[in-house]
Amino acid sequence: MTDQTTQPSVTSPARASKGGMFGLSSKDTTLLLVVFAMVVLAPFILNPFPEGSGLAQFNAGYPDLMQRFVIFGIFAIGFNILFGLTGYLSFGHAAFLGVGSYAAMWSMKLFTLNVIPGILFAVIVAGLFAAAVGFISLRRSGIYFSILTLAFAQMSYALAYSVLTPLTGGETGLQIKNTDNPILSNIPEGEIGRANLFGAQMGNSYEMAVGNWLFTFNLGYYIAAAFMLVAFYLSIRIFRSPFGMMLRAVKSNQQRMNYTGLTPKTYTLYAFIISGMYAGLAGGLMVAMDTQVGPERMFWTASGEVVIMTILGGAGTLIGPVLGAGSIKYMENILSKINKDVLHQWFAFLPDGLEDAVVVFADIFVGKQWHFTLGIVFMLVVIFLPGGLVEGAQRITARFSRKKSSNNTPAE
Amino acid sequence: MDQIIVQILNGLDKGSAYALIALGLTLIFGTLGVVNFAHGALFMMGAFCAVVLSRILNLSHEVTVPGETDFLGNPATKDVPYVYDWFGEAAGASIIDWAVPLAILFSIPIMVALGFAMERGLIKHFYKRPHADQILVTFGLAIVLGEVIKYYFGANPIQTPAPEALSGRVDFGVWLGYGPNAIVYPMWRLVYFFFSAAIIAGVFAFLQFTTFGMVVRAGMADRETVGLLGIDIDKRFTFMFGLAAAVAGLAGVMYAPIVSPAYTMGMDWLVLSFVVVVVGGMGSLPGAVLAGFMLGIIESFASLPAVVDLLPGINQIIIYLVAIAILLTRPRGLMGRKGVMED
Amino acid sequence: MTSILSVKGVNKRFGGLQALGDVNLDVAENSCHAIIGPNGAGKSTLLNVLVGKLIPDSGSVVFDGQSVLGRQPHEINQMGISRVFQTPEIFADLSVMENMLIPCFAKRDGAFKMKAIGAVFGEKDMVQKAKEMLSEVGMLEKRDMIASSMSRGDKRRLEMAMCLVQDPRLLLLDEPTAGMARADTENTIELLKTIRKERGITMAIIEHDMNVVFSLAERITVLAQGTPLVEDIPDNIKGHPKVREAYLGEAQV
Repeated sequence: MTDQTTQPSVTSPARASKGGMFGLSSKDTTLLLVVFAMVVLAPFILNPFPEGSGLAQFNAGYPDLMQRFVIFGIFAIGFNILFGLTGYLSFGHAAFLGVGSYAAMWSMKLFTLNVIPGILFAVIVAGLFAAAVGFISLRRSGIYFSILTLAFAQMSYALAYSVLTPLTGGETGLQIKNTDNPILSNIPEGEIGRANLFGAQMGNSYEMAVGNWLFTFNLGYYIAAAFMLVAFYLSIRIFRSPFGMMLRAVKSNQQRMNYTGLTPKTYTLYAFIISGMYAGLAGGLMVAMDTQVGPERMFWTASGEVVIMTILGGAGTLIGPVLGAGSIKYMENILSKINKDVLHQWFAFLPDGLEDAVVVFADIFVGKQWHFTLGIVFMLVVIFLPGGLVEGAQRITARFSRKKSSNNTPAE
Repeated sequence: MDQIIVQILNGLDKGSAYALIALGLTLIFGTLGVVNFAHGALFMMGAFCAVVLSRILNLSHEVTVPGETDFLGNPATKDVPYVYDWFGEAAGASIIDWAVPLAILFSIPIMVALGFAMERGLIKHFYKRPHADQILVTFGLAIVLGEVIKYYFGANPIQTPAPEALSGRVDFGVWLGYGPNAIVYPMWRLVYFFFSAAIIAGVFAFLQFTTFGMVVRAGMADRETVGLLGIDIDKRFTFMFGLAAAVAGLAGVMYAPIVSPAYTMGMDWLVLSFVVVVVGGMGSLPGAVLAGFMLGIIESFASLPAVVDLLPGINQIIIYLVAIAILLTRPRGLMGRKGVMED
Repeated sequence: MTSILSVKGVNKRFGGLQALGDVNLDVAENSCHAIIGPNGAGKSTLLNVLVGKLIPDSGSVVFDGQSVLGRQPHEINQMGISRVFQTPEIFADLSVMENMLIPCFAKRDGAFKMKAIGAVFGEKDMVQKAKEMLSEVGMLEKRDMIASSMSRGDKRRLEMAMCLVQDPRLLLLDEPTAGMARADTENTIELLKTIRKERGITMAIIEHDMNVVFSLAERITVLAQGTPLVEDIPDNIKGHPKVREAYLGEAQV
């Protein structure tokens, strides 16, 4: 900026355009690089406890779970572009995820087992579907919009379950079978083909043992992670772009937008389509990682899940959805594994009676009841931290820096 | 013709449940201006009141049966419910048999208390926050309530039979002049329909003919003015929340014999009841009832084999199709007031 | 003088109520034209017809040679009509600078343009334009504030700046001082006078407050019961018997 020096330095993140890379401000570049480092080093970061130790069950660095972290991260990043920026609460986004999954599945069944065309196909089909659903749903706003998206998603689910069985495999869903022979892949007669990237299979992993630690580097994870980083980068660009500003204007005041010569609905529709494409990308990646799909992927609880992820992390923030998706998938996989035996081990140091009482109480929150914990945490966030985990982190930093500065300044 | 009557009857019981849940939802929206995503959970809580009561009535102690031995030669024992001791065997047995209707009385104080607690403890703080926040926090609450039920009652549906005397079938056709077995209908569903009709009539009468109801209706129309009259509308609205919770609860109690209660039923019904409310018009009580029965009956007609053959899958999606059509052509719903969340 | 906005024979009924009856009105280019009248005279209805929110039953509204009837509010804005609301309509959650940039983009890029990659603040010429406008209304140092945190007077100022930065051919003002304290009213009048003098923008003001009207308007139309009563220069409107009748009639009710 030309005249920055003439003005007293009032900082706004969007204005500091100097010093960044990839067309981002320096602050956004830092954020992107931190996320990049965390994603690349995830197999280390998520496996902090040595194998065989009591805490090893808190390790999340196994391929299956790491893949889910980044895939749901993509889903939530996309949802946030719609909900976080425009405020339109869709309760049917799982439909786009499911449609993307089915599309990728058919690309692999018929065309090639290479995952890239499948994923691209998933994005395109989900985008088209989102365009149709968005075009109709956006004729209403507020709760009516939510109900319309919910109705479309439930319809997709019901149809995938019943009438569209030839296309969706109905209740059993779709898998790669030994009868599938994609035209561009040479599968020997009677063998089941596997998803691959130019021949390298998704399941390929390299394991590294360091002392008692075991780290797994999985090809599938890194492919999904690469897509997630691109998705995250694009979302930063969208947030900082004139388009992103218009989307925030939609949330703020549609009337003023109209009288400023703009069409808020068109902007929202594009946001809807983009977020549908993100969902499709996530759906396509799911199929690439694990070649199967069933209709339950489109059920409305799945749509509710991405809503919870985004809000838990912090709707309208860049990193929030990623954090939200990560925490929920971590809870789902780690919390749900804790059972009474594990709890007894942990609280063994307590006197017997107290130990039992504590275990009974703690047991309410873990194992199969992890949804209970999720519901409580979600409610607390909505009540006390509408800005989600990101707001929580900001408050904590603000408190610390205030303490620091009050220590530095002499008492008055 | 008899086919048509059968379908209408089939639609009635589902329609009654839709109508009752939607009535409570729209009452809460109309009075408190709150979009309550936990309302389906209240329906579920009601159904589990029936389960709980039937378990309480079945609480037993062991007694030895004089003069009999089991195969090891020990004195034989059997479980005798306490109610047998108190009321005698015959009366006790019929009390247990009538657990579900008795649960109506049992559930009312529980549901009202639950409603009060929800309103005072949580909903109250969300009056001034956006609808999206209300949806989210009550969605969270619905998850929590569902999980609490799952924790205590497990994930599987629990069979809760209707009383013997009411669980047979009615040969409905004979009453209408058809031959025997032309229209046979489960008795309990007929009971459910009349029960719902009574509740709906009760709620309307209450709002129509009592001063309390008048103030509430005035508050639904224009909250600020009523506030200016010096009437403490908040207290009445808390009561309305309790009433709405009780209505949803009663709908659930009586539905337990039709579909075995499970912790997922709250969410399953919520989605559909919201569709019903929106079709009827947010905040419109007659709209909710009309839309409830209408959608129940439409759904039942869409399930006719002839219709399904013609349009496969239509029975699964018809409610949503109707909802989409109504929302797009008549955003305030069938009977909604002009300007209530209309855009 | 040529007329930039020409309203001919406009009628609008709501049920049994004749809100506008045969309204004829010409706003001359580069003038400040006030429309006054007692409550319920149809001022707001007329304004809503001009901005495309209401479609009249009959009659024509021509702006700069083109009919505005049947056009959406955003299209009418793109034709060159900007509107200031009774209570300031701004983007409350956005910064002052962003509030200014949005109309800048709308003016340059039209009703919709997909610009999802380049950064907002990379658009130097837009930023420059927004800053110039902000310093013109004396709000440059507030550019990073969130709009909702400002005083009502500043919000009004911002809204005007947002309209002006689009260089409108016609600025519609709907009771710009309604509900304001005396000091704020004076400030707003001063601001409008400055704008009028320095930019030569055509203005149409709908106003209840006579003080505001007589210090700004060059021409006044008095509306009563949906019909123009008189149209003249301010000096002739003062003490006009028909106007007095219309207003006193209201006072008696």
